[in-house]
Amino acid sequence: MGHRKSKGATIDADVVAGNGLLDRRVFLGGAAMAAATGGITFPDTAAGGPLPVESWMKTPGAPFVPYGQPSEYENKVVRTFTTVPGTTGTGASRTPHHLLNGMITPNGLHFERHHSGIPDINPDAHRLVIHGLVKRSLVFTLDELTRYPMESRIAFIECGGNGQLLYQKEPAQVGVQQMQGQVSCAEWTGVKLAALLQEAGVDPKAKWILAEGADAAGMSRSLPLAEIMQDALIALYQNGERVRPANGYPMRLLLPGFEGNMNVKWLRRIKLTEGPTMTKDETSKYTITMPDGKSLQFVFPQEGKSVITRPSPGLTMKEPGVYEITGLAWSGYGKIAKVEISVDGGKSWAPAALQEPVLSKALTRFRMAWRWNGGPAVLQSRATDDIGYVQPTREKMIADRGSRTIYHSNAVTTWGVSEKGEVKHVYA
Amino acid sequence: MSTHNSALAAACALGLFSSAALADTPNLGKVITPEEVAPWDISISPDGTGLPPGSGTPKQGEAVYASKCIACHGEKGAGKPNDALVGGIGSLGGDKPAMKTVGSFWPYATTIFDYVRRAMPYNESKTLTNDELYAVAAYILQLNGLIGENETMNAQTLPKVRMPNRDGFVTFVPAKPK
Repeated sequence: MGHRKSKGATIDADVVAGNGLLDRRVFLGGAAMAAATGGITFPDTAAGGPLPVESWMKTPGAPFVPYGQPSEYENKVVRTFTTVPGTTGTGASRTPHHLLNGMITPNGLHFERHHSGIPDINPDAHRLVIHGLVKRSLVFTLDELTRYPMESRIAFIECGGNGQLLYQKEPAQVGVQQMQGQVSCAEWTGVKLAALLQEAGVDPKAKWILAEGADAAGMSRSLPLAEIMQDALIALYQNGERVRPANGYPMRLLLPGFEGNMNVKWLRRIKLTEGPTMTKDETSKYTITMPDGKSLQFVFPQEGKSVITRPSPGLTMKEPGVYEITGLAWSGYGKIAKVEISVDGGKSWAPAALQEPVLSKALTRFRMAWRWNGGPAVLQSRATDDIGYVQPTREKMIADRGSRTIYHSNAVTTWGVSEKGEVKHVYA
Repeated sequence: MSTHNSALAAACALGLFSSAALADTPNLGKVITPEEVAPWDISISPDGTGLPPGSGTPKQGEAVYASKCIACHGEKGAGKPNDALVGGIGSLGGDKPAMKTVGSFWPYATTIFDYVRRAMPYNESKTLTNDELYAVAAYILQLNGLIGENETMNAQTLPKVRMPNRDGFVTFVPAKPK
């Protein structure tokens, strides 16, 4: 961007795209600097009234607790979930992104996808076995793995089915949690899979591994050895504490950028094989059926994507004025390079500010300033990653892949704002 | 991580280094024999590798199905409340909704054995005997018209069953840097 314009009594000089979209730098110190130099006129504002001295300012607060919980006033910030008929623990839960900020998902709100509930694993009895095409098969306890050198990686995990409602003919009347809540981001810490494979000694004939969980479904996926070797982590910690039961306690596979289902939870077995095992979850599920009836298989990367989390359905805008548009962008191919925002249904676009740090295969928070004039608006975000992959429109995604699948929906999500400030899911 | 380190890690893992390198690792894993791994080594390759001894017929499988499967998968695998196992052959392309079942969509018969053994019945997985597993696989295949009523499924015959959608999958090609 070029030099900064001098400011008068209005920030309208910062309009960068149609319908009131403002320069991304408005929220990054620009307005404050202008105020400090006396270059801004303060608008008329309603009177605040005298400040009450509340009860909590006068009496001692609550005692310590061993494990802290959010404020009781935040009790609506919860996952929602749907279960498969006849089960209580098989299905998916979704992160309430419309009520969160930053790039890290709190552990209790990380999305889940279980194929047979959450196993109650005794960590002392858990074992990880590496066998198959290796010089020697090895078995590890959790204590043993905890003694290995570790690495940390901030990475998103996204379910292959996240965003599937965009394949529907009519826009589903749901919000960001139901639409795009099956993606979350955490700092994962653990042992490099490569280090353990080195100790087992990989037979050169091995080209794939089968990763299998200790859950009652024995959830299993085949993974291409060469493609996962650099990044694969056996994660023991999630945001600093032991991995939560719902996310694979006591250990899960982490494959940054790859389809969520491949990040096998409750990891108990790794078998090195010549070819893929063709498990149920890489044939009958997690494949993209195209209009001609053929299905794309082994769709590993979660491709570039973004969604506006605020404003979004359920977060009604009370009055015209300046708002922050914020959301999340991510790509299984690498770093987010650019997020563009439109508030006029895609007619004009302008780049949002990317909140640092911007990390490869992690959620990236974006922020944009918008002066809502009280009229109808159509909000969209479009991510571009550092390999040049551009998030498709819904129209393009369906033109390319049809709508005979539920998987890998990464198209632009559109929120419509009415004159009343109500936000709903629309197709542009 | 630098490219150099990545290449190093890959080279290590692929066993390209001498045993001297191993002295620098924690090396805490215990050696385990195939016999000891066997109770967990339940995955079946598409060529049938891993299939255990035993056998079953569709008629035997019908009895297993009636007691263990029908509550979730319906009469004769018709589905409801959970996935249908039968029908839909030829429905994958075109304008009508695709009906994806074991018969119409699954590319390998070995996956039936693998999946049922590891994950079914839902409330008591890993409890069916090998004979019951072959039998229920035979029943599902026969309901789909893929084997005859009197055919026996075992480690030799199951991998040879030709599934209608065997050639219906194309490997995804990731985007290339622009």
